[in-house]
Amino acid sequence: MLAYIVRRVLYAVPILIGVNLITFALFFVVNSPDDMARMQLGTKRVTPEAIEKWKAERGYDKPLLWNSAAEGVGKATRTIFFEKSVRLFALDFGAAEDNRDIAFEIRARMWPSLALALPVFLVGLAVNITFAMFMAFFRATYLDFWGVVLCVAMMSVSTLFYIIGGQFVISKLWHLVPISGYDAGFDAAKFLILPTVIGVIAGIGSGSRWYRTLFLEEMSRDYVRTARAKGLAEATVLFKHVLKNAMIPILTGVVVVIPLLFLGSLLSESFFGIPGLGSYTIDAIQAQDFAVVRAMVFIGSVLYIAGLLLTDLSYTLVDPRVRLE
Amino acid sequence: MLFLAGCGGDAWNDPYSERDAGANVLYSSFDERPKHLDPVQSYAENEARFTQQVYEPLLQYHYLKRPYELVPLTAVEVPKPRAIDGGKFTVYEIHIRPGIRYQPHPAFLAENYSLSRETINRLRSPYELPTGTRELDADDYIYQIKRLAHPRLHSPIGVFMGEYIVGLTEYAQRLKKLNSNGWIDLRQYPLEGVERVDAHTFRVKLKGSYPQFVYWLAMPFFAPVPWEAEKFFAQPGMAEKNFTLDWWPVGTGPYMLTENNPNSRMVLERNPNFRGEPYPSEGEPADAAAGLLADAGKTMPFIDRVIYSREKESIPYWNKFLQGYYDTSAIGSDQFDQAVRVSIEGDTTLTPEMENKGIRLSTALTTSTLYLGFNWDDRVVGGSSERARKLRQAISIAFDVEEQIAIFANGSGIAAQGPICPEIFGYREGKEGINPLVYDWVNGKPRRKSIDAARKLLAEAGYPGGRDAKTGQPLVLYLDTVTRGPGDKAAMDWYRRQFEKLSLQLEIRATDWNRFQEKTRTGATQLFRLGWNADYPDPENFLFLLYGPQSRVKSQGENAANYVNAEYDALFEKMKELPSGAERQRVIDRMVEIVRRDAPWIWGTHPKDYSLVHSWVSNDKPNNMARNRIKYLKVDPAKRAAMREQWNHPIWWPLGLILVLLVLSAVPAVRGYRRRERMAARPT
Repeated sequence: MLAYIVRRVLYAVPILIGVNLITFALFFVVNSPDDMARMQLGTKRVTPEAIEKWKAERGYDKPLLWNSAAEGVGKATRTIFFEKSVRLFALDFGAAEDNRDIAFEIRARMWPSLALALPVFLVGLAVNITFAMFMAFFRATYLDFWGVVLCVAMMSVSTLFYIIGGQFVISKLWHLVPISGYDAGFDAAKFLILPTVIGVIAGIGSGSRWYRTLFLEEMSRDYVRTARAKGLAEATVLFKHVLKNAMIPILTGVVVVIPLLFLGSLLSESFFGIPGLGSYTIDAIQAQDFAVVRAMVFIGSVLYIAGLLLTDLSYTLVDPRVRLE
Repeated sequence: MLFLAGCGGDAWNDPYSERDAGANVLYSSFDERPKHLDPVQSYAENEARFTQQVYEPLLQYHYLKRPYELVPLTAVEVPKPRAIDGGKFTVYEIHIRPGIRYQPHPAFLAENYSLSRETINRLRSPYELPTGTRELDADDYIYQIKRLAHPRLHSPIGVFMGEYIVGLTEYAQRLKKLNSNGWIDLRQYPLEGVERVDAHTFRVKLKGSYPQFVYWLAMPFFAPVPWEAEKFFAQPGMAEKNFTLDWWPVGTGPYMLTENNPNSRMVLERNPNFRGEPYPSEGEPADAAAGLLADAGKTMPFIDRVIYSREKESIPYWNKFLQGYYDTSAIGSDQFDQAVRVSIEGDTTLTPEMENKGIRLSTALTTSTLYLGFNWDDRVVGGSSERARKLRQAISIAFDVEEQIAIFANGSGIAAQGPICPEIFGYREGKEGINPLVYDWVNGKPRRKSIDAARKLLAEAGYPGGRDAKTGQPLVLYLDTVTRGPGDKAAMDWYRRQFEKLSLQLEIRATDWNRFQEKTRTGATQLFRLGWNADYPDPENFLFLLYGPQSRVKSQGENAANYVNAEYDALFEKMKELPSGAERQRVIDRMVEIVRRDAPWIWGTHPKDYSLVHSWVSNDKPNNMARNRIKYLKVDPAKRAAMREQWNHPIWWPLGLILVLLVLSAVPAVRGYRRRERMAARPT
């Protein structure tokens, strides 16, 4: 298994280089180093000298990908791409364009992201599986039919609607929780109730339908028929056999997102004023802060690769037939 | 919910800590992270709300008087320029008040200059270290002026000030040659243009004459910075913790920034070393009746803490204001109808919902102008030919700014008659202030000329019926603009309709801000939308937007229309040297007359700011120039607490109802389950 993990980690290197290259290309198609300088220096009284000075200080005065004026390897290394990318692989993210240390920001902001994403993930998973099993249990009845209708209806509604509607009803009309904000420690709880409830509700439609499909597929298998023929109660069949065997496809979708929970939610964090990494990424895109965008995309890629690896490893735990070689 | 009930307090939706309940705190918000809090770099409005409560420049604007008036802050008086060497140089001798002390800060204790990395790593705030203070010295102002030339600080006005302060440009080159990555002790490097006279006096020497220099002395660029702060923050390990002067300001002002989390919350606390400053005892005639002089002579600041929460979205921000969790609020376009009613006459009043809450409406004209520019270098709409001038004048008449304000700005603004804003010297009110090429004075107010007058001008320009008289081809014009999404479509359609009045075709070239900037820099525009927010209340700060040498294409200046007129440029040179008086007014009148005739802009709008203020806030008067407003404000925490409680009673019965519904909905499921378990054969 160790050899497998090492091999997968090595595979990740070219993937990360590729992701970095694509991020770099996409960013600089839209923004030039001059645009970045102007964004940081403001719009008033910005002279060409000030722009050149800003670029030189941050290394944006070099060619983007190929330095034909340099000698030998320098043609590739004395470029913005190389100089800005190579440090990422040592997890040295440097400073944002506003001079704040990116690693410090990530360390500080991943906890609020996690504080929201983790309960949404866990509670959402429990609710979705429960509801899906409920529908599977009552398959082909009016309860199943209306359950599916409800799921489709809930899937069709934008997350933004849930957020704005939830804020309006629960916080504005009923005055039950703060409409937005965040605080450290246990004081964060009162701010997390509403986004968690909304996050869970918003995910019920798609999540439950997906799990229902998985359960129904399992329920049509021979071993389920055998269990029923033995006279097992339907609840026992469902919870003891169907759920266990449906865990493999569930794990496929679930384990891969666990590392990504650190990155937070772009929309919820903005609307609920939660200072997490999702909101950090949005801010960086709006501020044309390439240093932060690059760092966040890199971390996202690393976490995604880690999630895929974890998924593969988790197969071996839930399915004895799977061996990693 | 039980948890919330256990949190204590009657309002479950209170976003603030119980510790602050009933405290003398002002609650405000910010939507965008500040980029810089170092006074040498900070130039944005959203940064000034923090920096100007902490740093004290030499001068400030009178809080209540209009037109805006400079008054001393740390200076003893507003300095007067003194010409020397036959006018070749100007010297400002500045006296600062003795006895002003800095806020408590660890930078003022020598023991904090050699902190270990472990110590720094453990810190969550610099204020966890022992703090000291010292008296403000003239050297601190000199140090800050030198910082304008610092190679790593990128002061936005460094190059600009180099044109005026003697030796500043050379100083920047000298510092650059040092090639130092660490702290540069600027005390070791004298600057020719600044001279220390004694501990409370210094001189600034300028090249030639620049009467507007005093306005800069009211900005944070000329606030004192103690060298100790730079030395303290230059220690290894500080930057990795974001402990920099750029994020932790050190000043002499009424407040100090004690909590700095630009992602979520910023907190200003009363500076215990602040000397105290009397509330103004003079203002405009209506100020006394409005209660704005009730605290005359009392010592400021009145508020102990200011808590700024980050609010990126307008909906939660607005609702929190209505719940009483923010003390003041701007009015966004989405909330305008809920907050304000505009009568047919254009008068604005609050809606009953706002009035019932005791909210006050505060309006003020901004010192800004929004305009539609013609690129002077464009072969169709630009240049000084009679053809192009008449074409621009015709479009200026057809473009109905009043309608634009009514439709797209909820009536919040006035139509501009020239480049200068109201409340700025040089602006003329009434009949003598209207642009006679676009308006007639009818029944005591300006009335836009008829579309027939515009068509006549268009025909004289060689485009009868919107077609080129020589070729017969329809005239197609191009507007470059930054759009914010589909919401701008209605505005763009309206723009087209204004041109269609003259049978002209308008093509909208929507783009992003970067490309738009690039187009104006390279002159690749024909018409474009832009605006200007004044740095200081002097006509020079508006009229320079049309000054030839400021051409965007030629010198990357602020004259985005690239307008050139020799007479205007000569008058501008003269005007900026003159003191505000009759002669200056005459010169300005002539300049305005020239640009009205040439019409390089469609004089657009001077927007109005609308804001809402809760009844427990007093001494609130809009001031577009003074950003150090917090010290003047007062809150009544007891009243606020009572109103919050009244407005935010938790309504819990819907939760019970939801619970009952859930239980009821489980009944058929339970019955179905039992029925299934009793079945002999199961459905497949």
